[in-house]
Amino acid sequence: MSEEVDLSRRRLLTTATALTGAIGVVFTATPFLASWKPSARAKALGAPIEIDLSQLELGSMLKVEWRGKPVWVVRRTPEMLKQLESATPFLLDPASDGSVQPDYAKNVSRARNPEFLVVLGVCTHLGCSPLPKFEPADVTVSADWPGGFYCPCHGSKFDLSGRVFKGVPAPANLTVPPYTFLTDTRVMVGSDTPQTA
Amino acid sequence: MGNDHHTTSQASGLWGWINARFPLDKMLKEHVTEYYAPKNFNYWYVFGVLSLVVLVIQLVSGIFLTMNYKPAAADAFASVEYIMRDVEWGWLIRYMHSTGASAFFIVVYLHMFRALMYGSYRAPRELLWIFGMLIYLCLMAEAFMGYLLPWGNMSYWGAQVIVSLFGTIPVIGDSLSEWIKGDYFISDITLNRFFALHVIAIPLILVFLVVAHILALHEVGSNNPDGVEIKKHKNADGHPLDGIPFHPYMTVKDLWGISVFLLIYCGIIFFAPTFGGLFLESPNFDPANPMQTPPHIAPVWYFTPFYAMLRAVPSFAGTQVWGVLVMFGAIALLFFLPWLDKSPVKSIRYKGPITKIALALFAVSFVVLAYCGMKPPSPTLLLTSRIFTAVYFAFFLLMPWYSRIDAVKPVPERVTYHVH
Repeated sequence: MSEEVDLSRRRLLTTATALTGAIGVVFTATPFLASWKPSARAKALGAPIEIDLSQLELGSMLKVEWRGKPVWVVRRTPEMLKQLESATPFLLDPASDGSVQPDYAKNVSRARNPEFLVVLGVCTHLGCSPLPKFEPADVTVSADWPGGFYCPCHGSKFDLSGRVFKGVPAPANLTVPPYTFLTDTRVMVGSDTPQTA
Repeated sequence: MGNDHHTTSQASGLWGWINARFPLDKMLKEHVTEYYAPKNFNYWYVFGVLSLVVLVIQLVSGIFLTMNYKPAAADAFASVEYIMRDVEWGWLIRYMHSTGASAFFIVVYLHMFRALMYGSYRAPRELLWIFGMLIYLCLMAEAFMGYLLPWGNMSYWGAQVIVSLFGTIPVIGDSLSEWIKGDYFISDITLNRFFALHVIAIPLILVFLVVAHILALHEVGSNNPDGVEIKKHKNADGHPLDGIPFHPYMTVKDLWGISVFLLIYCGIIFFAPTFGGLFLESPNFDPANPMQTPPHIAPVWYFTPFYAMLRAVPSFAGTQVWGVLVMFGAIALLFFLPWLDKSPVKSIRYKGPITKIALALFAVSFVVLAYCGMKPPSPTLLLTSRIFTAVYFAFFLLMPWYSRIDAVKPVPERVTYHVH
């Protein structure tokens, strides 16, 4: 038997062992990393919700929690819908081309039914919740304010359709979640088509 | 003398028994009684030890807080109030921890500024500097996750803003922020995992990095206000001529520094624990409410310089990732400092006027940005933030040029030292 060490054989075995070990580490890491994903319970709690609109008056707003985020439903008056026109020159993305919404809400009123605005009340900048400032020329915002929403965190502004203004930190209009009307006064948020919850 | 001690220690009693089995005596000599520190250290050199003191304070007070704190969305806020009102001395332990968090950043920022002044990041101390920067990163992660735990409304919305930063990354952003939260929003699940990271994972890494930082320091030896290497001139025993043993000389000096620090620290705990809303923000006395943003969101003061940078950058090409990149870039640049500084001298004492002005402007920009980040947005503050963000970046990005062309004074062969 030779006293000499077979270096190439040793190198092959070392590499093979290291490779096998590395693959093992990847496999072992997978369950730990996957355990951070939303759990089955979190997913179930994030299912679509139904909102009753029968008590919502013209010109007022309803806040409902869905997936921990405020969903706003604003029942807009004809005057408020007219305000949308006067806001257009201030807007960054009036046609909602760079914003997130279902196709049926990609219009001026950003809604299935122009009377009811359904949006996530979460600023597209960094997730704060903007404040409703529906009155035009509200001095707490600015003298030429056409009416809309104002984010107190970093000063982003949105019109009454949740469309973002130019020159503010937020890059896009407020997100419209998928929703559908079950009846004239019941809306389901979280799904494009009626579902049994 | 040293040899005598060595022989006796090997022979006698418990001390000898331990040292035959564990290098206790050897380690004490290497790191304490025979670690030679430059004799020209000034009081800027007290902040390293102070960081260690605050680390111990945070570990001990933190362990005792976990004994009464409940990491669940339904219980967290009430359990903190329980600690404050019903647990004996609970208020003291909590204020030690909350004041300790701010104290940690104060001493670490001063420690880092010392390194900037005297060139302590330069060769051969690059790795020492990098370990220090990693400690700073861990500290920021630790502070951020710890701030969610009281489950106050500022805790909640602060976490919301920071986690959203990851959501701005193109393509993977949304699923990444969902993965971090473990839910579609900051929830009980998020709180539970932040607790685990805050009390186990990050502290373990932090302690490991602190050991690495000190081992690296003791391997290369301490820098000093003159920025000259004391190891170049050694006596017959091989000890640096300008070095003095860490114990008792530096330990005595550090004890004095620790006393002054504890006096201020206790003063804040007893008389101004919220520090006018800087150390504990007033919206955090309301429980977390996912449906209601506080009127003005600002992180705790130690994050505000970077927060001001984030706000200073407008969205561009349909994404606000640029502000995030600038913010993280501001921290990442610090890692490269050892290679950006091309000056032939280390210490500010022998550097020229350009470097001195640059360092002063850098310090000013850090403080001004910290102020801008605390205040609600306004056009004046926005412009100020933009100017000083530019100054902050210019300090680093122009350093390879101005450090090379700047005038230097001759560096002495030995440290300058006057007998007191």
